[in-house]
Formats: sequence, structure tokens, C-alpha cells
Amino acid sequence: MCRVAQGIPLFFVCGGKDHFGGGALMGEALLSITELNKSFGTAGGRVQALHEVDLEVEEGEFITVIGPSGCGKSTLLRIVAGLDTGYTGRVTLGGEPIGGPGIDKGFIFQEHRLFPWLTVEKNIASDLPLRKPEIRRKVDELIELVKLQGFEHSYPRELSGGMAQRVAIARALLRNPRILLLDEPFGALDAFTRTHMQSVLLDIWRRNKTTMIFVTHDIDEAVFLGTRVVILEPRPGRIRKIVPIDLPFPRKKTTSSFQELRLKVLNVFEKVDELELTDGAGI
Amino acid sequence: MAEGADILIKAAKGARKGPDDAAGMAADSGAGHIRAKTDWSAVREALRSGWWVGGLLPAAVIAIWQLAGSAGWVSAEFLPAPLSIAAAFTELAVHGGLAHHLGVSFGRAGIGFLIGAVLGLLLGTLTGLFRRAEYMLDPGVQVLRLVPHLAIAPLIILWFGFGEVSKIVIIMSGSFFPLYVNTFMGIRGVDNKLFEVARVLGFSPWQRLRRLVLPAALPGILLGLRLSMAVAWIGLVVAELIGSQSGVGFLINEAKQNSNTPVIFVGIIIFAVVGKLIDSLFRMIERKALHWRDSYQG
Repeated sequence: MCRVAQGIPLFFVCGGKDHFGGGALMGEALLSITELNKSFGTAGGRVQALHEVDLEVEEGEFITVIGPSGCGKSTLLRIVAGLDTGYTGRVTLGGEPIGGPGIDKGFIFQEHRLFPWLTVEKNIASDLPLRKPEIRRKVDELIELVKLQGFEHSYPRELSGGMAQRVAIARALLRNPRILLLDEPFGALDAFTRTHMQSVLLDIWRRNKTTMIFVTHDIDEAVFLGTRVVILEPRPGRIRKIVPIDLPFPRKKTTSSFQELRLKVLNVFEKVDELELTDGAGI
Repeated sequence: MAEGADILIKAAKGARKGPDDAAGMAADSGAGHIRAKTDWSAVREALRSGWWVGGLLPAAVIAIWQLAGSAGWVSAEFLPAPLSIAAAFTELAVHGGLAHHLGVSFGRAGIGFLIGAVLGLLLGTLTGLFRRAEYMLDPGVQVLRLVPHLAIAPLIILWFGFGEVSKIVIIMSGSFFPLYVNTFMGIRGVDNKLFEVARVLGFSPWQRLRRLVLPAALPGILLGLRLSMAVAWIGLVVAELIGSQSGVGFLINEAKQNSNTPVIFVGIIIFAVVGKLIDSLFRMIERKALHWRDSYQG
């Protein structure tokens, strides 16, 4: 199912910033997922969380993953991050199998998960020494990038949800991840903050050219951000369809071309819903 | 207080400029004016619910006590009046070497507390971090914890004699447990989600301990320290009552043999006041170290 990367808009295909270490061939996808299966043992027996998932992500892509709850979208992300193991199939990043969690795979959780006892700048640095000039400089750059100037010395409890999440993003970016994995990062934010955060994230993506995989349950968000939208269906979790979004940035949610693509995704979604009902799981 | 006011101002300004506007929240010219106002309300607030409310009841009790003593309602042998206790205190301080005795007591409590606390912190960290260490060590420690440490005092004296060592061991054995238990609980109370963050950020085991476990367990550790200190203070009294030639406990014991009730009171009050002062010191450290906490402040 859709193993070749398709419909990547040309304007950001980037020659610069070559992350590839040894092992990766030219032209090979940055992230490659092949025949991925994952099941959980629960009290009610084994649940197939992911079933035969195939996905290739090219360097610099912005993939959004969308699906109803229980479709395994978070599991997919956590497997790529190295947080979840015990799957079958092949997952490689830059040609190397995913070993475990690490700084090459930045992860943004739904909650900001900052260290409450550290200030904004110390949270971003975490284990890296702020006294080192190059770290200091990069932290300052990132604070500017996520628009948090003036809050360097604030504690997480003093920040709004959106601000805290931006600190978390800066914390991940400081480590120069090859891929940034975002698990419903704006799910807990109000509509205004969410819109603002989306433009901040797009700004970061266009400036840093960081490859992104963004899990969400918001169709608008998926179409607004992604260069491709991966639609998952539940029970068992598998890829239903991949919709390329060939709209130029900056996008406007009010344009007819945006609405058209949104409807296209929505249509796929509704079929997923029907499937759920006929399964007898709903009602 | 002032810090809290600052945050309020920040928040108020933020609200004016839009819900999530990060830029431009730096101080503007109006800030000084607002801050001055807020400080006054902070002072009023402190007066309304402040520390001195806690002093009202003791003051009333002391007044009635003095009245009862002066009027001869109670015998001075049993309950000397506050003023005669004050006189005994002055006498001790000037001629009785009170400072010397207090110093000796401090030294004993300090050394015993230090050794007990270090052991409690180390062992608590060990059992908190490693399930296997918990299974191996914790049941034994819990059994020992439930033996009143004063009950083993005779044994300690049998082993170490009447010298300084047995006193320090008694104090140490008491102050070990509160810190041990609270360090363990503190570590086990660390948010599991932050451990995932530590994995994603690639922390080494040492970094995980230093950057995550210890800071997150700090509230528990500091509470343990405070409780350990209190127990060390209790242990000190027992150790000094059992047999010693100096210290505040010795003063009390000697006064008992001489039926010098005011001096007994002086000793008791010194234990109370110094204990309270040390406790306040620890609470101050706690407030300073844990100011990042976002919990209910009452």
C-alpha cells in the first residue's frame, strides 16, 4: 500500500543539511516502515494495534497522521521513536534499524512534559551545559525561533499551555533531530492558540527543514500542515489512504482548494466510520 | 510574595495583548506603578493572615500562668511561674555555662543527624531506584523502623558504653528512618512520564539520577530531612538523660536530682525553641529550593 513517496511539493526538496551517516544510499527514504505489525496483550485477549503498515518518508517531508482513536497512530509514532518495541516488520531511520529512543528522534508529547524545577532556558538545555558558548547561542536562537523572548527565566508553572509546548519543541530541536515526532501536540490547546502554534511549527519546518511526523485527530490541522496526510483506520490499525496535499505554503483554510482537499480526507474518514459501525463496535 | 505579584502582572499584561502572545511582555512604563500597589495589598494580606496570629494563644497561656503563680494558686515546686523560669535562665546563661552545654548538645545532635541522614539518603535512593534492592533491604529496614529507637538505647549503651559514641549512635539510629522512608517515597513518586522524556533526550543513568530523580524527589527528601532533624533532637534528650556530664539533657537531669524545677523548664524551653528554630531554617531552605512547585498554598 503506497510504498513510494508521492506528491512531495518541489519547493522544499532540500539539498542542504545532509544528515545521512554511513549505510544510507542516495535516494533512499529517510524513514522506511515495512510490513509493520504490532499487537498488545490486554485482559480481553490480544489486540492488533497495527497491521501491515508500510510507509516511506523522505527527508524534509511533513507527514500528518490522522485516524479515529484506537487506530494505532500513537503506537506508530512511539515505534518510530523507539519507545515501543515488540513489533514485527522493519523500521529504519537513515537505513539503520531503530535501536531505542535517542536524540536523533525528537518526540513531542501531548503534554509538554517539561521539568517543573527548571526555567525555560534550562529546560531547553536539560542535560547540555548552558555555560558552553555554542549551546548558549543555539538555545538563544531557539528561544527566538519559538518566540519566547522574555521568558527565558520563567518556570513551567508560569507558562500557558501553548508556551510550554513551544519550550518542548525547542528542547527537541536543540538536539538536531533527523526527524521530529509529534503526538497530538496541540490537542489540549484552545482553538486560537492551536492556530498560532500551527503557524509557529510551519515556520520552524520551513526554516530548519526538519522532517516531521505529526499525529492528530483534527482533519483541518492535518490538511493545513501536511505535505501528505496518512489516514489510518482502526481494528486493526492500518493505512486506509495517503492523500498528498499539493497546496503551496502559506495555506489558507478558507480557499476552495483547501476545502476540496479537506472534503477528500473527510470522505475517506466517513468510510472509516461506516466500517466501524458495520463492525458492530459502535452504538 | 513579590514574585507572585510579578506573575500576576505578567499574566494580566499577557491577557491584554492576546492569549498566547509571547513577544513584548517585557516591562513597560506602567509596571512600576502597578507593582507598588500590589506590594501594599501584600502587606495587608500578611497582616490579616500572618505569623503573629500563631503567637496569640501562647501569649494568653503565659499570662494566665504567671497570674496563677503570682497569686499562689499553684506551688512553685510543681509549676514555677514564667518570671522565675526567666530568672533561672539568666542565671544559667551568665554563670552556669549554658552556652557550653548547648554547644555540646548541638555537636552530638549534629554529628548523629549527619551520619543518620547520609545513610538514610543513600539507602533510600538505592531502594527507590532499584526494585531488587527494595526487595532485599526494605523489609528489614521496615521491621527495624517499627522498633522504637529508644527501646534499643540500653543495648547501644551495652555495646558502646556511656561515652559519646553511644549517644551519637542513638541519635543516628533515630534520624536514619524518616529520611530513608521519604527519599524512597519521593523517588517512587516521580512522574513516570518524565522518565520517558529522559529516554527520548538520551540521558545516561547518571544524568537520569542527577537531572530527573533527585530534583523530582527533592520535596520528599527535604521533608525527610526535617522529620529526621526532629527525631535527632528527641534522641539527643534521651541520650543525654541516660548519663552524661554535659549538654542540655544533663542540665535537666541534674536539676531533677536537685529538685530545681525552674531549670528543668529552662531545659525544656531551650529544646523547644532551638528545635523550632532549626525546623524553621529547614522550612526556609524548603521554600527556597522548591519555589518552582505549583501546589496549593492554602
